[in-house]
Formats: sequence, C-alpha cells, structure tokens
Amino acid sequence: MTGEEVAAVLARLPELVNARAPLVNRGRFFSGEFLVEADAVPIHVKVQEGRIAAVETGPFRMRAWRFAVRAEAQAWGRFWERMPEPGYHDVIAMCRLGVARLEGDLQPLMANLRYVKEVLEAPRGTVGGR
Amino acid sequence: MAVEFEPIVGRYATLTLSGRKCRIYIEEAGRGIPLLCLHTAGSDGRQYRHLMTDPAVTDNFRVIAFDLPWHGKSNPPVGFHDEEYRLTTATYTEAILAVAEALDLDRPALIGCSMGGRIVLHLAAHHADRFRALIGVECADHQTSWYDTTWLNRPDVHGGEICAAMVSGLVAPQSPEEFRWETLWGYMQSGPGVFKGDLYFYREDSDFRDRTPLIDTARCPIYLLTGEYDYSCTPEDTERTAAGIPGAEAVIMKEQGHFPMSENPARFREYILPVLDRIRSTA
Repeated sequence: MTGEEVAAVLARLPELVNARAPLVNRGRFFSGEFLVEADAVPIHVKVQEGRIAAVETGPFRMRAWRFAVRAEAQAWGRFWERMPEPGYHDVIAMCRLGVARLEGDLQPLMANLRYVKEVLEAPRGTVGGR
Repeated sequence: MAVEFEPIVGRYATLTLSGRKCRIYIEEAGRGIPLLCLHTAGSDGRQYRHLMTDPAVTDNFRVIAFDLPWHGKSNPPVGFHDEEYRLTTATYTEAILAVAEALDLDRPALIGCSMGGRIVLHLAAHHADRFRALIGVECADHQTSWYDTTWLNRPDVHGGEICAAMVSGLVAPQSPEEFRWETLWGYMQSGPGVFKGDLYFYREDSDFRDRTPLIDTARCPIYLLTGEYDYSCTPEDTERTAAGIPGAEAVIMKEQGHFPMSENPARFREYILPVLDRIRSTA
C-alpha cells in the first residue's frame, strides 16, 4: 500500500465512523485535530464531538494538529487486513514493533485512546479484500 | 428453576505482609494437586475462572487464585490513601509464599501470567523447594520499556479507560469478543495507580537475567507458554529466556495474546492441559 492509497482509505472515515453510534458516543468529549502519516503523506483528521468532521490529505502549510500517528504506508495496509499478523493488529503494537510512532501532545490521545484506536481500525477488513 | 452455581468458592483471610495486616481474597475450586494462580498486573484472580470451572482441571487439581493486596477484592492496607503503590520482587514473593503457607499447601504447582510469569523465574531460582512445578505464561526474564507508564495514573486521563485501552491490543484478534471484553473489564476496574504500581515490579525491579542461570529444572520443572500476538512479552523474549534455562520448555501459542487463560480459554486448554498432565504424571 502506498501513502496515497492510505489517504484514500482514510478519506472514508466519515462514513465508517459517523454511522457507528456507540463509537461516536465514546468520542463525544473529544473535539480536535490529529494527523495520520503514511510514509511522507500527511492526512489531517478533524473530529467534532466524536464525529469525523473532515479528512484532508496534504501537503499542508502551517496546518495545526494536537498529536500525530505516523507509520509506514505498508504497515497501515497490514493493519487493515481482516486478520492482521502479530505486531500489525494494533497501533500500540506497531509502535512497539517500530513501524509506527506517536508524536505531539499525547494528552488528548491518551484521554481518548480507545476512541482513536477504534477510529483508525474502522477500515479493517474493507481494504483490498484480505 | 434451580440456579446452577459454579464450583468456585471464595474466602477472605487477613495476612501480615511487610509487617502490615492485609485482607486478602482467595478463591478456589477442585481437589487434588494444589495449583496456585497469579493474575496479571492491574487485574485480579478472576482471570482464572475458566480453569476453575473446567472438570478436566478440577478433577485433579485444587485450583487457587488470590488477589494481591490492592487488587480485585483484596483491600489495600490501612493508610493506602497517603501512599503510592509499588510492587517489588520482595513484596510479591512474600505475598505468594504467605498465601501458600496460610493454606498449608504442600509444594503446590504454580501458574503465573505476565508479571506472574516473571516472578516464576525468581521463585524457580530461589524457592524451588517450595513448588513441584512452575508455569510461566507470557514469561520473560526482562522487558525493555515500551511506553511511559505515567499515563496510567494522572487526573486528566481516566485511569480505567487508559489501562484497558493500553492493553487492548495485547488480546489476540481471534479471541472471542465476550472474553476479550471481560479481560479488559478487569483493567477498567483496577484501582487508581495499581496497574502502574505493578509495572514498577515488571519494568524496574525484575531484571532476572542474572537469575535464570541459577534455575535447576531437575529440582522444579518449569514450563513457558507465550501467545504469538503478545507484543509486551514477545515470543522472542520467552524463547530467549527458555534458551538460558537448561531443561525449560517454551511453547508459542497460536492465536493467543497476553491473557490466554481469560481471553481465549477454549484455546488455552489445548496448551495447558498437556502441561497439567505432565505435572500429574510426576506427582
């Protein structure tokens, strides 16, 4: 998977997340902006009270965000497989494996970790047929 | 319609640990060889409920699980409200031996998971005569730190939520939803700072690489079982540990994570029953 393909997957987050009432409810106290990066491609995600308000692909000029989840594009592809391999099954696992990293102000991420993990996992099983 | 009760029975006992009275919760089921069970960091003995309700286990083993002080239904000691909880190798070992002694167990077998698997190595090195066999689940001689545990106990992050979210990926994706969430519920229920305090032992006070050469498996056999999806205690960590202990056996469990006895009990029995059979055959 390339960075551009990861961006195309994440562009579907509004439909994948906003239709899931329990997930939106879990994020109801979270409004903010974070960055997902796949290789060098930045994807900016804007959340409003648990709903995905916007997803935009960079490059950006002076775009603000609170925290970033950066990973290799190929790692995102493996992460979204229906039954991911060990190490690619969880964002924290990918950090442990060394193919992802968390940066920026981690407080809003940690305060909403289950929500953010489930948002990032939302495309699982819908990508590439695996 | 009559209610069908599980065979698990719980009791409380007050033990003196580090000179302080601690009210400890202990539950058990079955009869036969005592099998003492150690829960993971930040959780409690309920993780072993499936072993306690499996006749293939309880027909031959008296399965006993206790909650460490501060965990589950065991109280923290009086004065806890002014303390920061920290488990150490010394206090952990003291609690295990005190429970075994209080129950007058004759050389029990012992199974411990995660930090319970870690302490197995210390028990094997220094207290082998007290046990007939040791089972280390998700067991390794040390671990390099992979996240900042201060996130687990601070007022601007919900403790129960972050503890569960931080370990949720340690449950294998194949584990049944029911048991995945029951396992995580244990973390959601943990008292403030308890998981972090356990990780003091796990991260800071238990580099046992110096201890594994002391282990004599002829005195007390040791069995190591680790799930392939465990990225905290990785299969490589366990295999490295086993390689340093002549006679130790390591088995990597397919489609299992860090909490096999509670996250996927049906799958776990495929791995644990043969170990228990071997313990019986040498009893």
